[in-house]
Amino acid sequence: MELTINGEVKVLVESKLTVVQLLSSENVKSPDMVSVQLNGEFVERAKFSETTIKSGDELDFLYFMGGGR
Amino acid sequence: MRDYTEEQLERYSRHILLNDVGVEGQERLLDGKVLIIGAGGLGSPAALYLAAAGVGTIGIVDGDRVDISNLQRQIAHFTKDVGVWKADSAAEKMRAINPDVNVIPYNKYLFASNIKEIIGKYDFVIDGTDNFAAKFLINDACILGNIPFSHGGILRFDGQTFTINPNESACLRCLFDKPPPPNLVPTCSEAGVLGAIAGMLGTIQAAEALKFLTGAGELLNNKLLTFNALDMQFRTITVNKNENCPICGHNPTITELVDAEQAVCDLK
Ligand SMILES: [Zn+2]
Repeated sequence: MELTINGEVKVLVESKLTVVQLLSSENVKSPDMVSVQLNGEFVERAKFSETTIKSGDELDFLYFMGGGR
Repeated sequence: MRDYTEEQLERYSRHILLNDVGVEGQERLLDGKVLIIGAGGLGSPAALYLAAAGVGTIGIVDGDRVDISNLQRQIAHFTKDVGVWKADSAAEKMRAINPDVNVIPYNKYLFASNIKEIIGKYDFVIDGTDNFAAKFLINDACILGNIPFSHGGILRFDGQTFTINPNESACLRCLFDKPPPPNLVPTCSEAGVLGAIAGMLGTIQAAEALKFLTGAGELLNNKLLTFNALDMQFRTITVNKNENCPICGHNPTITELVDAEQAVCDLK
């Protein structure tokens, strides 16, 4: 399937993945710290394992940045 | 309208020339009150630019003193200032740039107990802090107090910022419901930051404050601007208000301020 992740088009061999599986296949570090937007809506963290991604979806992985000094 | 002196007309001439600012916009800047929380990497450039712009009242908050490791990026502080309160050090430079500005330094940190009273005196807040607890506290205090603010964060070669119009646009907790647990945060000694990144982000935050006060253009409401300096890619991600947000969602669970556990990372 073809996904847009953080603005970049990616082609994956899988035809269906959950958010948890996608975070893992994309080697996202500290997935507990990542917020996920799927087609412009935030996915509740508790629903990461039951939310499925399909071809054409747009995802944004948002990372909290705590620095400033 | 105030009577501008010849010197003021000269000083602000490049603002007055702008159609979207003009004399009226400069008037709003001179009447404006902005609070900068943190006189470090983000707060330094923001403070200098807002003072230069003639923002009439600028509060600057920091409970720390200047350390030599700060000087690589915290441009309001000079080598002679090592050991001086950061807010006092920044205030000295701001007054030197522009004597029109009433600078109010606060040599202290903000907590649930004192933040409300201080931010309530300002029209706009710039978050230039360096830790999760402070960033969430500022978010919550500004949402509950209905004060617009600019969020900013930097790490290594990355920066991100957005501007929050309380209850109208997405807030920090819409994106991240709570501070990450301290054991998940990269430790301070692991992190570093390219000095100029702080300037890039702090000046974007200052520009947002100036736009807010003058009414020029569109703020980064519901738009998270992120950049990575290694490839100099900038990206704006639309972020929508989250109906499950614990502070500005449909059923808020946060109705008063609390201090979160500190996970300080001052990126030394
Ligand atoms: Zn919110």
